[in-house]
Amino acid sequence: MNTATIKELLYKVADDLLIIGHRHSEWTGLGPILEEDISFSSMAQDKIGQSQALFQLLYKLGEPEADTNAFTRNANQFCNAQFVELPNDEYDFSTVRHFLYDHADQLRFEMLAHSSYEPLAKLARKVKGELKYHVFHANTWMVKLSQGTEESRARMQSALNASWNYALGLFEESKFEKELIAAKVFEGEVALKSKWLSAIIPFIEKAGLKLPPEKEWNPVNGGRKNFHTEHLELLVKEMGEVFRVEPHSQW
Amino acid sequence: MVDAGTIFNLQGAMLTEKEVWEKLEVVKDPEIPTLSMVDMGIITKVEVNDDLSVAIEMTPTFVGCPAIKMMEQMVYNCLKEAGIEKVSVSTNLDVAWNSNKITERGLLCLKKHGLAPPPKHEGEITQELLEHVACPFCGSKNTETKSPFGPTLCRSLHYCHNCLQAFEQFKPVV
Ligand SMILES: [Zn+2]
Repeated sequence: MNTATIKELLYKVADDLLIIGHRHSEWTGLGPILEEDISFSSMAQDKIGQSQALFQLLYKLGEPEADTNAFTRNANQFCNAQFVELPNDEYDFSTVRHFLYDHADQLRFEMLAHSSYEPLAKLARKVKGELKYHVFHANTWMVKLSQGTEESRARMQSALNASWNYALGLFEESKFEKELIAAKVFEGEVALKSKWLSAIIPFIEKAGLKLPPEKEWNPVNGGRKNFHTEHLELLVKEMGEVFRVEPHSQW
Repeated sequence: MVDAGTIFNLQGAMLTEKEVWEKLEVVKDPEIPTLSMVDMGIITKVEVNDDLSVAIEMTPTFVGCPAIKMMEQMVYNCLKEAGIEKVSVSTNLDVAWNSNKITERGLLCLKKHGLAPPPKHEGEITQELLEHVACPFCGSKNTETKSPFGPTLCRSLHYCHNCLQAFEQFKPVV
Protein backbone atom coordinates (compact mmCIF):
# COMPACT_ATOMS: atom_id res chain seq x y z
CA MET A 1 0.00 0.00 0.00
CA ASN A 2 1.57 3.32 -0.98
CA THR A 3 1.27 6.31 1.32
CA ALA A 4 -0.53 8.49 -1.25
CA THR A 5 -3.53 6.19 -0.90
CA ILE A 6 -3.57 6.42 2.89
CA LYS A 7 -2.98 10.15 2.81
CA GLU A 8 -5.95 10.75 0.54
CA LEU A 9 -8.17 8.83 2.94
CA LEU A 10 -6.85 10.68 5.99
CA TYR A 11 -7.26 14.06 4.32
CA LYS A 12 -10.87 13.61 3.40
CA VAL A 13 -11.88 12.42 6.86
CA ALA A 14 -9.83 15.14 8.57
CA ASP A 15 -11.14 17.91 6.33
CA ASP A 16 -14.77 16.87 6.84
CA LEU A 17 -14.25 17.02 10.61
CA LEU A 18 -12.38 20.30 10.57
CA ILE A 19 -14.92 22.08 8.37
CA ILE A 20 -18.07 20.78 10.06
CA GLY A 21 -16.40 21.48 13.41
CA HIS A 22 -16.02 25.11 12.43
CA ARG A 23 -19.57 25.30 11.17
CA HIS A 24 -20.77 23.86 14.49
CA SER A 25 -18.71 26.38 16.41
CA GLU A 26 -20.55 29.19 14.62
CA TRP A 27 -23.62 28.29 16.69
CA THR A 28 -21.78 29.27 19.87
CA GLY A 29 -23.77 32.10 21.42
CA LEU A 30 -26.52 31.79 18.82
CA GLY A 31 -28.18 28.46 19.64
CA PRO A 32 -31.96 28.56 20.21
CA ILE A 33 -31.53 27.46 23.84
CA LEU A 34 -28.49 27.34 26.11
CA GLU A 35 -28.22 23.52 26.09
CA GLU A 36 -28.05 23.59 22.32
CA ASP A 37 -25.39 26.23 22.37
CA ILE A 38 -23.35 23.98 24.62
CA SER A 39 -24.02 20.93 22.46
CA PHE A 40 -22.83 22.50 19.24
CA SER A 41 -19.78 23.96 20.97
CA SER A 42 -18.92 20.56 22.49
CA MET A 43 -19.35 18.77 19.20
CA ALA A 44 -17.20 21.42 17.53
CA GLN A 45 -14.49 20.84 20.11
CA ASP A 46 -14.64 17.07 19.61
CA LYS A 47 -14.53 17.33 15.84
CA ILE A 48 -11.73 19.85 15.61
CA GLY A 49 -9.74 17.77 18.11
CA GLN A 50 -10.36 14.61 16.11
CA SER A 51 -9.29 16.38 12.91
CA GLN A 52 -6.09 17.45 14.67
CA ALA A 53 -5.36 13.83 15.57
CA LEU A 54 -5.74 12.90 11.90
CA PHE A 55 -3.47 15.78 10.85
CA GLN A 56 -0.93 14.37 13.31
CA LEU A 57 -1.08 11.04 11.49
CA LEU A 58 -0.54 12.91 8.22
CA TYR A 59 2.40 14.73 9.74
CA LYS A 60 3.98 11.37 10.56
CA LEU A 61 3.58 10.50 6.90
CA GLY A 62 5.59 13.54 5.86
CA GLU A 63 2.82 16.12 5.47
CA PRO A 64 3.09 19.59 7.07
CA GLU A 65 2.76 20.09 10.81
CA ALA A 66 -0.85 19.71 12.01
CA ASP A 67 -1.82 23.35 12.61
CA THR A 68 -0.10 24.55 9.46
CA ASN A 69 -1.89 21.89 7.48
CA ALA A 70 -5.27 22.74 8.95
CA PHE A 71 -5.02 26.50 8.78
CA THR A 72 -2.78 27.56 5.92
CA ARG A 73 -4.08 25.61 2.93
CA ASN A 74 -6.26 27.28 0.33
CA ALA A 75 -9.86 26.23 -0.23
CA ASN A 76 -8.92 24.42 -3.45
CA GLN A 77 -6.60 22.13 -1.48
CA PHE A 78 -9.36 20.80 0.78
CA CYS A 79 -11.04 17.44 0.17
CA ASN A 80 -14.08 17.72 2.41
CA ALA A 81 -17.46 16.97 0.90
CA GLN A 82 -19.31 20.11 -0.16
CA PHE A 83 -22.09 19.22 2.26
CA VAL A 84 -20.07 20.20 5.33
CA GLU A 85 -18.96 23.58 3.98
CA LEU A 86 -22.46 24.92 3.33
CA PRO A 87 -23.39 27.75 5.70
CA ASN A 88 -25.38 26.84 8.80
CA ASP A 89 -28.47 28.63 7.58
CA GLU A 90 -31.32 28.05 10.04
CA TYR A 91 -31.46 25.51 12.85
CA ASP A 92 -33.50 23.10 10.71
CA PHE A 93 -30.78 22.73 8.09
CA SER A 94 -28.02 22.56 10.71
CA THR A 95 -29.84 19.79 12.55
CA VAL A 96 -30.58 17.78 9.42
CA ARG A 97 -26.98 18.10 8.25
CA HIS A 98 -25.70 17.16 11.70
CA PHE A 99 -27.94 14.06 11.61
CA LEU A 100 -26.98 12.95 8.09
CA TYR A 101 -23.30 13.71 8.49
CA ASP A 102 -22.81 12.26 11.96
CA HIS A 103 -24.40 8.93 11.15
CA ALA A 104 -22.04 8.65 8.18
CA ASP A 105 -19.04 9.72 10.22
CA GLN A 106 -19.75 7.41 13.13
CA LEU A 107 -20.16 4.44 10.79
CA ARG A 108 -17.02 5.45 8.91
CA PHE A 109 -15.01 5.38 12.14
CA GLU A 110 -16.56 2.06 13.12
CA MET A 111 -15.27 0.67 9.84
CA LEU A 112 -11.88 2.32 10.26
CA ALA A 113 -11.58 0.78 13.73
CA HIS A 114 -10.90 -2.46 11.81
CA SER A 115 -8.47 -0.86 9.36
CA SER A 116 -5.28 -2.72 8.53
CA TYR A 117 -3.54 0.65 8.87
CA GLU A 118 -2.98 0.39 12.59
CA PRO A 119 -2.35 4.07 13.51
CA LEU A 120 -5.71 4.94 11.99
CA ALA A 121 -7.45 1.92 13.54
CA LYS A 122 -6.17 2.91 16.97
CA LEU A 123 -7.52 6.44 16.63
CA ALA A 124 -10.80 5.22 15.15
CA ARG A 125 -11.44 2.84 18.05
CA LYS A 126 -11.41 5.86 20.35
CA VAL A 127 -13.25 8.30 18.10
CA LYS A 128 -16.14 5.97 17.28
CA GLY A 129 -17.16 5.94 20.94
CA GLU A 130 -17.06 9.73 21.17
CA LEU A 131 -19.14 10.16 18.04
CA LYS A 132 -21.90 8.04 19.54
CA TYR A 133 -22.95 11.07 21.54
CA HIS A 134 -23.12 13.21 18.44
CA VAL A 135 -25.42 10.65 16.87
CA PHE A 136 -27.62 10.46 19.99
CA HIS A 137 -27.93 14.21 19.99
CA ALA A 138 -28.78 14.30 16.29
CA ASN A 139 -31.39 11.54 16.59
CA THR A 140 -33.13 13.29 19.47
CA TRP A 141 -33.42 16.64 17.72
CA MET A 142 -34.23 15.21 14.33
CA VAL A 143 -37.29 13.54 15.82
CA LYS A 144 -38.14 16.33 18.28
CA LEU A 145 -38.11 19.13 15.71
CA SER A 146 -39.96 17.08 13.11
CA GLN A 147 -42.71 16.22 15.56
CA GLY A 148 -43.23 19.79 16.76
CA THR A 149 -45.79 21.80 14.89
CA GLU A 150 -46.94 21.34 11.30
CA GLU A 151 -44.67 24.23 10.38
CA SER A 152 -41.61 22.70 12.03
CA ARG A 153 -42.27 19.38 10.31
CA ALA A 154 -42.54 21.14 6.96
CA ARG A 155 -39.33 23.00 7.58
CA MET A 156 -37.48 19.82 8.53
CA GLN A 157 -38.80 18.12 5.40
CA SER A 158 -37.61 20.91 3.18
CA ALA A 159 -34.21 20.95 4.93
CA LEU A 160 -33.97 17.20 4.31
CA ASN A 161 -34.84 17.68 0.64
CA ALA A 162 -32.26 20.43 0.29
CA SER A 163 -29.59 18.37 2.07
CA TRP A 164 -30.09 15.04 0.44
CA ASN A 165 -27.99 15.22 -2.72
CA TYR A 166 -25.23 17.00 -0.85
CA ALA A 167 -25.29 14.26 1.80
CA LEU A 168 -24.88 11.64 -0.93
CA GLY A 169 -21.70 13.49 -1.91
CA LEU A 170 -20.14 12.31 1.38
CA PHE A 171 -19.73 8.94 -0.34
CA GLU A 172 -17.88 10.15 -3.43
CA GLU A 173 -15.44 7.41 -4.29
CA SER A 174 -11.70 7.77 -4.31
CA LYS A 175 -9.61 6.86 -7.30
CA PHE A 176 -7.88 4.48 -4.89
CA GLU A 177 -11.11 2.81 -3.79
CA LYS A 178 -10.16 -0.67 -5.05
CA GLU A 179 -6.73 -0.58 -3.44
CA LEU A 180 -8.09 0.58 -0.11
CA ILE A 181 -10.64 -2.22 -0.07
CA ALA A 182 -8.18 -4.88 -1.22
CA ALA A 183 -5.64 -3.87 1.42
CA LYS A 184 -8.41 -3.80 4.06
CA VAL A 185 -7.61 -0.21 4.95
CA PHE A 186 -11.22 0.89 4.42
CA GLU A 187 -14.28 -1.10 3.37
CA GLY A 188 -15.18 1.57 0.84
CA GLU A 189 -17.79 4.25 0.21
CA VAL A 190 -20.37 1.91 -1.34
CA ALA A 191 -20.44 -0.28 1.77
CA LEU A 192 -20.50 2.79 3.99
CA LYS A 193 -23.39 4.35 2.12
CA SER A 194 -25.47 1.21 2.42
CA LYS A 195 -24.88 0.96 6.17
CA TRP A 196 -25.71 4.65 6.47
CA LEU A 197 -29.03 4.26 4.69
CA SER A 198 -30.00 1.40 7.00
CA ALA A 199 -29.08 3.51 10.01
CA ILE A 200 -30.86 6.74 9.11
CA ILE A 201 -34.08 5.47 7.53
CA PRO A 202 -35.68 4.29 10.81
CA PHE A 203 -35.14 7.73 12.36
CA ILE A 204 -36.42 9.54 9.30
CA GLU A 205 -39.56 7.40 9.48
CA LYS A 206 -39.88 7.94 13.21
CA ALA A 207 -39.61 11.67 12.57
CA GLY A 208 -42.45 11.40 10.06
CA LEU A 209 -40.29 12.67 7.21
CA LYS A 210 -39.82 11.24 3.72
CA LEU A 211 -36.67 10.72 1.73
CA PRO A 212 -36.72 12.24 -1.75
CA PRO A 213 -37.74 9.63 -4.36
CA GLU A 214 -34.78 7.52 -5.44
CA LYS A 215 -34.97 8.63 -9.07
CA GLU A 216 -34.10 12.14 -7.88
CA TRP A 217 -30.96 11.05 -6.02
CA ASN A 218 -28.08 12.82 -7.63
CA PRO A 219 -24.96 13.09 -5.44
CA VAL A 220 -23.21 16.46 -5.35
CA ASN A 221 -19.70 15.19 -5.87
CA GLY A 222 -16.47 17.07 -6.42
CA GLY A 223 -15.49 17.97 -2.87
CA ARG A 224 -13.10 15.02 -2.57
CA LYS A 225 -11.39 16.24 -5.75
CA ASN A 226 -10.97 19.79 -4.45
CA PHE A 227 -14.01 21.33 -6.12
CA HIS A 228 -15.90 23.53 -3.71
CA THR A 229 -18.60 26.15 -3.37
CA GLU A 230 -17.65 29.77 -2.74
CA HIS A 231 -18.61 29.25 0.91
CA LEU A 232 -15.50 27.24 1.68
CA GLU A 233 -13.16 30.00 0.59
CA LEU A 234 -14.67 32.42 3.09
CA LEU A 235 -14.64 29.85 5.88
CA VAL A 236 -11.03 28.82 5.25
CA LYS A 237 -9.99 32.46 5.20
CA GLU A 238 -11.66 33.03 8.56
CA MET A 239 -10.09 29.94 10.12
CA GLY A 240 -6.70 30.99 8.80
CA GLU A 241 -6.98 34.53 10.11
CA VAL A 242 -7.30 33.33 13.68
CA PHE A 243 -4.31 31.05 13.14
CA ARG A 244 -2.17 33.76 11.54
CA VAL A 245 -2.92 36.24 14.31
CA GLU A 246 -2.32 33.69 17.04
CA PRO A 247 -0.47 30.68 15.66
CA HIS A 248 -0.17 29.09 19.07
CA SER A 249 -3.71 29.50 20.30
CA GLN A 250 -5.33 26.31 21.52
CA TRP A 251 -8.00 24.77 19.37
CA MET B 1 26.75 -8.35 34.93
CA VAL B 2 26.35 -6.47 38.22
CA ASP B 3 26.65 -8.06 41.63
CA ALA B 4 23.84 -8.20 44.15
CA GLY B 5 25.26 -5.32 46.17
CA THR B 6 25.10 -2.93 43.23
CA ILE B 7 21.49 -3.76 42.55
CA PHE B 8 20.65 -3.14 46.17
CA ASN B 9 22.33 0.27 46.07
CA LEU B 10 20.68 1.21 42.80
CA GLN B 11 17.27 0.32 44.07
CA GLY B 12 17.96 2.25 47.24
CA ALA B 13 18.60 5.37 45.17
CA MET B 14 15.68 5.14 42.82
CA LEU B 15 11.95 4.97 43.15
CA THR B 16 10.17 1.80 42.23
CA GLU B 17 7.31 1.93 39.77
CA LYS B 18 4.90 1.35 42.62
CA GLU B 19 6.30 4.36 44.45
CA VAL B 20 5.94 6.53 41.35
CA TRP B 21 2.28 5.50 41.05
CA GLU B 22 1.84 6.54 44.68
CA LYS B 23 3.50 9.91 44.08
CA LEU B 24 1.16 10.51 41.16
CA GLU B 25 -1.90 10.20 43.36
CA VAL B 26 -1.53 13.83 44.38
CA VAL B 27 -2.01 15.02 40.80
CA LYS B 28 -5.69 15.85 40.51
CA ASP B 29 -8.00 16.30 37.58
CA PRO B 30 -8.10 20.05 36.79
CA GLU B 31 -11.91 19.96 36.69
CA ILE B 32 -12.59 17.78 39.73
CA PRO B 33 -10.12 18.67 42.46
CA THR B 34 -10.80 15.55 44.55
CA LEU B 35 -10.21 13.09 41.72
CA SER B 36 -6.66 11.96 40.96
CA MET B 37 -5.49 11.34 37.42
CA VAL B 38 -4.52 7.84 38.52
CA ASP B 39 -8.10 7.08 39.67
CA MET B 40 -9.38 8.67 36.52
CA GLY B 41 -7.50 5.97 34.61
CA ILE B 42 -5.67 8.30 32.27
CA ILE B 43 -2.15 7.36 33.35
CA THR B 44 -1.47 4.25 31.35
CA LYS B 45 2.18 3.48 31.94
CA VAL B 46 4.91 4.19 34.47
CA GLU B 47 8.41 3.12 33.61
CA VAL B 48 11.48 3.51 35.79
CA ASN B 49 14.62 3.03 33.73
CA ASP B 50 18.10 1.92 34.76
CA ASP B 51 19.44 5.46 34.35
CA LEU B 52 16.92 6.59 37.02
CA SER B 53 14.77 8.36 34.45
CA VAL B 54 11.01 7.99 34.70
CA ALA B 55 8.76 7.78 31.65
CA ILE B 56 5.03 8.31 32.01
CA GLU B 57 2.43 7.62 29.38
CA MET B 58 -1.03 9.15 29.47
CA THR B 59 -4.14 8.96 27.35
CA PRO B 60 -6.91 11.54 26.89
CA THR B 61 -10.51 10.95 28.01
CA PHE B 62 -11.57 12.56 24.73
CA VAL B 63 -9.36 13.06 21.67
CA GLY B 64 -10.33 16.74 21.67
CA CYS B 65 -9.75 17.21 25.41
CA PRO B 66 -8.22 20.69 25.71
CA ALA B 67 -6.69 19.96 29.13
CA ILE B 68 -4.35 17.15 28.18
CA LYS B 69 -1.25 19.34 27.64
CA MET B 70 -1.84 20.97 30.99
CA MET B 71 -2.26 17.58 32.66
CA GLU B 72 1.01 16.35 31.13
CA GLN B 73 2.67 19.39 32.64
CA MET B 74 1.10 18.72 36.06
CA VAL B 75 2.41 15.15 36.04
CA TYR B 76 5.83 16.37 34.99
CA ASN B 77 5.94 19.00 37.72
CA CYS B 78 4.85 16.53 40.39
CA LEU B 79 7.66 14.11 39.62
CA LYS B 80 10.25 16.85 39.31
CA GLU B 81 9.20 18.13 42.73
CA ALA B 82 9.58 14.59 44.05
CA GLY B 83 13.25 14.92 43.13
CA ILE B 84 13.29 12.83 39.99
CA GLU B 85 15.76 14.38 37.63
CA LYS B 86 14.82 12.91 34.30
CA VAL B 87 11.10 12.84 33.63
CA SER B 88 9.32 12.38 30.35
CA VAL B 89 5.56 12.50 29.88
CA SER B 90 3.83 11.62 26.64
CA THR B 91 0.29 11.05 25.46
CA ASN B 92 -0.88 8.32 23.10
CA LEU B 93 -3.83 6.09 22.32
CA ASP B 94 -2.01 2.77 22.79
CA VAL B 95 -4.30 1.95 25.67
CA ALA B 96 -7.32 4.11 24.89
CA TRP B 97 -9.34 5.45 27.78
CA ASN B 98 -12.88 4.34 28.39
CA SER B 99 -15.06 5.10 31.40
CA ASN B 100 -14.66 1.58 32.86
CA LYS B 101 -11.05 2.60 33.61
CA ILE B 102 -12.12 4.90 36.43
CA THR B 103 -11.29 3.15 39.71
CA GLU B 104 -13.83 2.44 42.46
CA ARG B 105 -12.30 5.25 44.47
CA GLY B 106 -12.58 7.51 41.42
CA LEU B 107 -16.28 6.72 41.02
CA LEU B 108 -16.82 7.61 44.65
CA CYS B 109 -14.98 10.94 44.17
CA LEU B 110 -17.27 11.79 41.28
CA LYS B 111 -20.31 11.07 43.37
CA LYS B 112 -19.05 13.17 46.26
CA HIS B 113 -18.47 15.95 43.76
CA GLY B 114 -22.18 15.79 42.88
CA LEU B 115 -21.66 14.06 39.55
CA ALA B 116 -23.46 10.85 38.66
CA PRO B 117 -20.70 8.31 38.00
CA PRO B 118 -20.72 6.49 34.64
CA PRO B 119 -22.35 3.05 34.79
CA LYS B 120 -20.09 0.13 33.83
CA HIS B 121 -20.63 -0.78 30.21
CA GLU B 122 -20.03 -3.90 28.14
CA GLY B 123 -18.28 -2.13 25.28
CA GLU B 124 -21.48 -0.70 23.86
CA ILE B 125 -23.30 2.50 24.79
CA THR B 126 -26.94 2.84 23.87
CA GLN B 127 -29.14 5.88 24.11
CA GLU B 128 -31.23 3.93 26.66
CA LEU B 129 -28.22 3.67 28.96
CA LEU B 130 -28.29 7.47 29.18
CA GLU B 131 -31.90 7.72 30.22
CA HIS B 132 -32.85 7.24 33.87
CA VAL B 133 -29.39 7.80 35.28
CA ALA B 134 -29.49 7.51 39.08
CA CYS B 135 -29.63 10.98 40.65
CA PRO B 136 -26.42 11.65 42.64
CA PHE B 137 -28.42 13.60 45.25
CA CYS B 138 -31.39 11.34 46.07
CA GLY B 139 -30.63 8.12 44.20
CA SER B 140 -33.91 8.18 42.27
CA LYS B 141 -33.96 6.86 38.73
CA ASN B 142 -36.95 9.00 37.86
CA THR B 143 -34.67 11.24 35.83
CA GLU B 144 -34.35 12.37 32.24
CA THR B 145 -31.47 13.36 29.98
CA LYS B 146 -31.53 17.03 29.08
CA SER B 147 -28.53 16.91 26.81
CA PRO B 148 -25.74 14.47 26.02
CA PHE B 149 -23.38 17.48 26.17
CA GLY B 150 -22.52 19.39 29.32
CA PRO B 151 -20.02 22.04 30.37
CA THR B 152 -17.11 19.76 29.48
CA LEU B 153 -16.79 16.96 26.93
CA CYS B 154 -16.96 14.38 29.74
CA ARG B 155 -20.35 15.41 31.11
CA SER B 156 -24.01 15.17 30.18
CA LEU B 157 -26.98 17.13 31.59
CA HIS B 158 -29.88 15.51 33.46
CA TYR B 159 -32.90 16.39 35.55
CA CYS B 160 -34.27 14.53 38.54
CA HIS B 161 -38.08 14.47 38.77
CA ASN B 162 -37.92 13.19 42.33
CA CYS B 163 -35.85 15.90 44.02
CA LEU B 164 -36.43 18.42 41.22
CA GLN B 165 -32.77 19.19 40.70
CA ALA B 166 -30.64 19.39 37.62
CA PHE B 167 -27.50 17.28 37.77
CA GLU B 168 -24.59 16.23 35.59
CA GLN B 169 -23.31 12.79 34.77
CA PHE B 170 -19.76 11.82 34.00
CA LYS B 171 -20.58 10.14 30.70
CA PRO B 172 -20.03 6.48 30.02
CA VAL B 173 -17.65 6.22 27.04
CA VAL B 174 -16.52 3.05 25.28
ZN1 LIG C 1 -32.79 13.46 42.81
